Parts: sequence; C-alpha cells; structure tokens
Amino acid sequence: MSLTDQIVQYLVTGVSIGAVYGLVGLGLAIIFNATGVINFAQGEFVMLGGMCAVAFTGLGMPLIVAALLSIAVVTAVGLLVERLAIRALPRASIITLIIATIGASFVLKGGAKLLWGPEAVILPSFSGHAPLHIGAAGIDPQRVWVMGVALVSVIGVQLFFKYTLTGKAMQACAINRSAAQLVGININRMVSLSFGLSAALAAIGGIVLTPVTMMRYSQGATFTLTGFLAAVVGGLGNGIGAVVGGIMLGVLEALAGGFVDVATRGLIHSGYSKAIALAVALLILWLRPQGLLGRRERESA
Amino acid sequence: MNSTRTRVWLATLTILAFLGLLVGCSRKSPEDVVVRPLPAPVTPESAPVTIGAILSLTGPASPSGEPQKNIVQMLVEQVNAQGGVLGRPLEVIVRDDESTPAGAVKAANDLIEQGVVAIIGPSTTPSTMPLKDICQEAGVPLIACAAGKTITDPVASYVFAVPQTNTLAVEKCFDYLEKQGIDKVASIYVANPFGEDGRENIAALAAEKGIEIVAVETFGGDDTDMTTQLTKIKAAEPGALICWGTNPGPASVTKDAKTIGLDVPILQSHGVANMKFIELAGEAANGVQLPAGRLIVWEQLADDDPHKDVLREFATTYQEEYGQAPTIFAGYAYDAFWIAVQAITEAGEADRAKVRDAIEQIKDFQGTAGVFNYSAEDHNGLTMDAFVWVKIVDGAWQLAE
Repeated sequence: MSLTDQIVQYLVTGVSIGAVYGLVGLGLAIIFNATGVINFAQGEFVMLGGMCAVAFTGLGMPLIVAALLSIAVVTAVGLLVERLAIRALPRASIITLIIATIGASFVLKGGAKLLWGPEAVILPSFSGHAPLHIGAAGIDPQRVWVMGVALVSVIGVQLFFKYTLTGKAMQACAINRSAAQLVGININRMVSLSFGLSAALAAIGGIVLTPVTMMRYSQGATFTLTGFLAAVVGGLGNGIGAVVGGIMLGVLEALAGGFVDVATRGLIHSGYSKAIALAVALLILWLRPQGLLGRRERESA
Repeated sequence: MNSTRTRVWLATLTILAFLGLLVGCSRKSPEDVVVRPLPAPVTPESAPVTIGAILSLTGPASPSGEPQKNIVQMLVEQVNAQGGVLGRPLEVIVRDDESTPAGAVKAANDLIEQGVVAIIGPSTTPSTMPLKDICQEAGVPLIACAAGKTITDPVASYVFAVPQTNTLAVEKCFDYLEKQGIDKVASIYVANPFGEDGRENIAALAAEKGIEIVAVETFGGDDTDMTTQLTKIKAAEPGALICWGTNPGPASVTKDAKTIGLDVPILQSHGVANMKFIELAGEAANGVQLPAGRLIVWEQLADDDPHKDVLREFATTYQEEYGQAPTIFAGYAYDAFWIAVQAITEAGEADRAKVRDAIEQIKDFQGTAGVFNYSAEDHNGLTMDAFVWVKIVDGAWQLAE
C-alpha cells in the first residue's frame, strides 16, 4: 500500500468516524441553544436508537418499520427526559440541570442493560457488505449511509431553523429567552421540541451506525464525550460547527493513528491517537475559545 | 425560601442520580446467591461443606459470569441429589465481583471469613490477580476461571487455574503458521490484560521460531473502528494477522480487514470461541481460524475421542436446563467445580491445606477444557492438546484438523 493510498484511507476513515461525532454534536447544539444545558444523555439516545432497532427487527419487523418505531420511541424518551430532568426543576441552575442529565444517562444505560443484557448486538447492513473503493482505499457501504445521514441531518436542521416558524421560534429562544417569551413564544414547548428533535436525530444516527460498529448498552457515554468535544471545537451552539468539528476530530484521530509512531520513531504509540486528537482540540480552544465557527460571547454568564 | 427550594431540588437530583445507579446495578440485588440444600438438623456430620464462588455477575464481564453461576447452581443440586460430598451436603456461596478487582477482593475476604474450603473463580484475570496473594496468605485454595498466564506463572501453591492459557493458544497459532510456511505476521490486540498477555506470548514465540513480526497494533475495549490500525498493518505486508481480544473488538477487526482489502489469513484467539463472534462479524467471519477448546465442535469429534463423553454430557445438560448452547466460560466453572469436589473427596475432609494437596495430585482429569494433570510446577494442568484448530465455514465452527 503506497503512502498516498494510506493517506486516502485515513481521510476516508476519519471523515466517517467524524460524521458520528458531528451528529451527536449537532444534537447537543440544538438542546444547548434552547436551554443552555449540555445534555449528557445525548449519547444514550444514540445507543437506544440502535438497541431499539435491533430489538424491533428481532421481533420480525421489516427494517424500515423498526427504524421508524425506534425513532418514535427514542423521541418519546427524549421528551420524557426533558419532563423529568429539566422541566421538573424550573428554578435550578444550569449546572444542576446538567447534573440531572447525567442522572438521566445512568437511568437509560441501566435500563438498556436490564432490557437487552450486556452483550453487543448488530443490525444487518442496509446495502450489503461489498466494500466501495476510492482509489485503493476501501469503505464499508454502511459508512456511506452514516455520512449521508449526517449530511442530510445537518442540512435539514439548518433549513428547519431558517425557514419554518417553529424553527425560527426556537432560534429566538436561543438568542433571547425573555424577549422570545414577550412576543408570545411558548418557551416550554420549544425546550420540549429541542429534546424531541435531538433525540430523534440521535436515534437515526444510532440506527445507521449499528450495522457497522455494533451497539452495546455501555456505549452511550463515549458518544456523548466525543460529540461534546466536536460541539465545543466547532463552536458550542453552532450546528454546522459541530459537524465540522466532529469531522476534524475524526480525521485528526485517524491521521494521528496512522503516522504518530512513524513521526516520533516509535516514541508515541498509535494507541494514543485519541489523546493526540484531543490535545489538538485543546490547542484550538486556546487559540479560539469560542470554537471554530462560534461567535464571541457577548455577555458574561 | 429560595434556599429551601434549592435544597429540595438538590435532594430530588440526588435521588434521581441514585436511581440511575440503582438501575445500573440492579442485577446485583441478590448479592449473596446461596444455593442451600434442604434444611436438615445441624450436627457436625451433616453441617454443609462450603465452597465459595466469585463470579462477574454484573459489569462488562457478566457475559462470562452469568452462565458460570448457572452451571454452578445446577451442579450443586446434582451433587446434593446424589448424597453430597463426604456424606455431608454441599453448599456454594456465589458472590459477584462486579467485574472489578476491588469487588473480587471484598468477596474473597468475606468468603474466607465465612470459612469456605476453597474458592472457584473469579471470571477474569484482572479480578484474579489480587486474589493470588490473598488466598496464598489465607491458605485457601483458589481455582480460577480466568486465562492470564500470570495467574499460575509463577506458581503460588494455593492458586490453580482451569482455562487454557494464552501461551498454549499462541503455540497452536504458530503451529499453523509454520505448517503454512508463513514467516511474516502482524498482531493486533485489545488493550487489557488478556490482550497484553497475548501480545507478549506472540512476541516471545515469534522470536523463538524466527517468525518476523512486521506490525503490532492495539485497540480499546470499546473501539468500533479498526480501519486505521489495519491500514498500517496492510502497508507492512504481513503473511497473516493474529488478533487477540474478546467481543466485540475482534469482530470489528475481522469486518474492517475485509473492507480495506487486507487479504491474509486472520487468526483469532480462543477469546472469540462463541457464537456471538460469528453473529457480530457476519459474513466476514467466514475463513477466520482460531485455536479453541473442543467444546464448540464436540459434535464433530470422532465417537472414540476420549473427550467426547464429558463434552456431550455437559453440553446436553446445559442445553436442556437453559435452552442454549453452553459457553466456554460455563465450561470453566464446570471444570473448576468438579476439580474442587473431587479434591475434597480425595482429601477425605474439608480441610483447606489437604484440599490444596489433593488438587495438586489430580491426574488425568477429563474436563471440558481438556485433560488436567496438575503438579507442583504446573497449576494450570493442561497441554497444547487442550486445543483443536477451528475454522469458521458458512457461519459455523468447523474442526480443521
């Protein structure tokens, strides 16, 4: 395998891993905009999406029905989390609400283990296993699905915020809560909606991801953390930023994995690729605290 | 008023968080699963002989520990139905180590205090290692169901193990490489004690056999994309790839190798000798080869194979009782249980030191993992004969020798 082929393979891999980070980051951004809260249960929604789809197909449902049903179930779970962990605490500080979402993530993780046991599960691929080729680089067709879904999601969410009344109302909430309330926007509804929308997006991500990476009750936290990083690097609250941040992290991780031990003559092993990607992310935040595409903060919290 | 509210909310939150933890751990609730015989008047003669079992019933290793608990409970009933041991009923106290070394230490200390004659388990190498010293000092025989070679090397006089070790499995892999004339290999292993142990064994044996290792890569237990590592391996042009890990990582390795077109024989460890691996790796599993105990292919053994009877009995009873094929992990608990029972019987009394001596004397014991011959120098008791070479064909195990 020539060096160019390797680089192409790393880039392809990086973009496909990063798309997942970005998708989770996008969900985090939506909730952050509506509530100012980082939803630490976001990754659990991804996990639930995958696990539900496996469970429903296991009952003999066709994939598309199982997928739609899973999205519905996870959306309902998202709304429930909002009810119990956010709305039930109307005067709680942001940090308290964040802790509440961590609590929710424990409940969801534990529930998933009780329901489906500790082992990894898998869905059949949507379009076969024959790898697609970009030059000498190979990619699982399912990963193309993942990237496609991430792309469609981020565009769809942008269109929703720009061109629909509800979307604009949600944006208004994000920009100025009290002013939005004064012009008659129902803040509670918008917050519910943000949780529902994020949960649905996460579920879609989980469903397309499961055939290629499998799914396990314990995987949610990893999704949350990588997604959170993607969102922060991209500029917290900026949906496109989250996806760009995610893809950047994914590519960094893959390139670091591929070259760091060669570049350091074996001093740093490629097992540290995640740590290296995170170190670069930190560096970016030092240089641009508002993130890649984030706006400078206008007011102090 | 404000502060009261804050406190109320904080309290609610705390409760929520605890609820989460509770659900997360709720499988633990029957912390002591005591399998007791029917109550009988307690006299010195009929007081039960008590064995401890430390298994991973919750946490990441619970897929190993659950079936082990099942089999132990089944066997205790069987033994008691046939009159117990030493004319006394047998009791096994099963404790959960929550898949953590700390949990194993706590369980072991409790069991030792409760006066158990011997301890079966734990299910994993990390949980077993701290018990090596504890059981040695307390003078309680430990029969581990974990495969790390450090458990029995160096030998601690009270510590035994039943699973086939990585050392034997790696030897079996190199036998294959030599037969095929492959002199360049790459290895990829999971970053935990099982994987590390595999990597060390591979490195040592490769040096001895003059086989070149052209790339060594690693993956995390929760990693799901191995493309980067495999791309590097592909660039190093090995003649075969050896992967050392347990589900789900090796399934990702197998699938991703196909995707990037790494067309060399893939050898896996006995850590994936379960149907879950075939299910997760799907079509990509076909062609994968591995050293495995005879359990997964017992039906394919020749009828005069001396291993077949015990495997048939174990597999069919487990199937009848639990409606599924037994895992190799259940087999480890089966072997450890019978070794303990046989040693107690041989010792003639429920004395820890005498039971230890009796375990060391066990010869030609036919278990599910192989034929055990313990000695003062060898506390694992198995040889390379405990492994057969297995190939996955059309989504099923096939005996390849």
